[in-house]
Amino acid sequence: MKKNGKFAGFYLGLMFFLMYLPIGVVVVFSFNESKLPVRFTGFSLQWYERLFGNSAMQEALVNSLILAVLSCLISAVIGTLGAVGLFRIHWKTKGVLEYISILPLMIPEIILGMVLMAFFYMLGLPFGMLTLLIGHTVFCVPYILMEVKARLAGMDPSLEEAARDLGAGSFRAFWDITLPLIMPAVLSGSLLAFAMSMDDVVISIFVNGPKLSTLPIKVYTQLKTGVTPEINALCTIMLGLILFILFLYVFFGKVKSRLFK
Amino acid sequence: MRRRRNGSVWMILPLYIFTLVFVAGPLLYMFALSLAMPNETHGVDWNFTLENYKRILDTVYLNTFAQSFKLAVTSTVIICMTGYPFGYYMARMSESRKKRAMLFLMLPFWVNSLIRLYGWIIILQNKGILNFILKKLGIIEKPLKLLYSYPAIVIGMVYVLLPFMVLSVYSSAEKLDWSLVEAARDLGASRTKAFWTVTFKLTIPGLLSGVILTFIPSMGLFFIADILGGNKIVLVGSLIQEQMTRGGNWPFAAALAVVLMALTTIMIILYRRITNVRELEGIG
Repeated sequence: MKKNGKFAGFYLGLMFFLMYLPIGVVVVFSFNESKLPVRFTGFSLQWYERLFGNSAMQEALVNSLILAVLSCLISAVIGTLGAVGLFRIHWKTKGVLEYISILPLMIPEIILGMVLMAFFYMLGLPFGMLTLLIGHTVFCVPYILMEVKARLAGMDPSLEEAARDLGAGSFRAFWDITLPLIMPAVLSGSLLAFAMSMDDVVISIFVNGPKLSTLPIKVYTQLKTGVTPEINALCTIMLGLILFILFLYVFFGKVKSRLFK
Repeated sequence: MRRRRNGSVWMILPLYIFTLVFVAGPLLYMFALSLAMPNETHGVDWNFTLENYKRILDTVYLNTFAQSFKLAVTSTVIICMTGYPFGYYMARMSESRKKRAMLFLMLPFWVNSLIRLYGWIIILQNKGILNFILKKLGIIEKPLKLLYSYPAIVIGMVYVLLPFMVLSVYSSAEKLDWSLVEAARDLGASRTKAFWTVTFKLTIPGLLSGVILTFIPSMGLFFIADILGGNKIVLVGSLIQEQMTRGGNWPFAAALAVVLMALTTIMIILYRRITNVRELEGIG
């Protein structure tokens, strides 16, 4: 009964083909000699060379990386501590707080971007790295919070209780017992948050300010104004980077299942 | 038990403070802003008014909402029709193949959505690959104008959001007890009847959560319409962005956002209702 027919195989094949088609096209044309992405005229690495000579693009990449790493670290601290705290504490406002903190994933991104922009303007914060960092942390925290929460739900609470009974303080019990146990979830949540931060256009566009540009914003403006094949090269490099992150993700997943199953 | 609670407050404080200041704060501010009067140069006059909401009732803006809604519905229907069989067939694969299919499904998900959309631009443009192939095959003589059209936006929406639907149908069909389907077959139901009366009914929760996951973002993904539609079709998202940047009427933008948020919240509540009722009836 649980078997797919020939049509199912054909359908899945077709869908996967359509999913990968645009990505494949971008990669192929990044090696194209001609400037127009119409026909493949010959193999060339010139777009990669030009990309590496393009300082504006490099600056955007560095900005994106700094932003992703920092927002990831900050959200990992807030999210992890918060998830463990919510697990330990039983305040009445707990449910409401949890709902609000994952709200950024449940409302259209445009609303979040817009309200953050207006809010930062009201506070008088200078638009730039600081506002980008806060904006990205807002949508990164829920990913880590949810991953860690799911991991904690499957954890044996008596381990931590035993540590407390043996005289460990709240911090000690967290650092020595709980944190090592939830580390895989912290890592996988952080990787997810990192990827989301590297990918974000909508929120960044509202809070980046006039001077600072992240990589996705740079790609977006190029797509709107006029595309040079450097974008293809850049896309291919980013694809490589994301494959690398995914590899890490799968690798950590394997480690996780080997250690904890 | 009591001891375990002590001294953990410091852990939760950063989350409390951060959430209250940077999530609840801005959302409340948006609400207040939507009830204020606009002022030249991004400023706000804090005089209570409902003018911003009244302005949305203007035909132009109602049309924008209608158009966004139409696009979201069109995309969601296509996503349901293509994503349901996708997730369903994936759930019926053998265990080892399932894992591989899952990896292949997630991979593009991780690639920058702009990159993937750019791939479609290359394919759809006038001198693009699709027109080239169609011409070679003798199906068309002149290149079709595919890019910067309504169908192009729909393609982009479906493409970006499809994985959400596939994943949610998949996880619902994965949990399905296939012996129920077998029982239906043994009792004489045809393959089609068994599917519609058993399998489909049991996977409706997955389909519904997929609808939520695709419909809500599709109301706000203004950049897809921007890139693939060439600014021809104005969506609520583009309107909000325009009001925030060029138009300069922030209270109006806030009112638009409040309405958009209300619409999506209603969707979520409806979804919760439907799935709860189904669970109570024992079919969810």
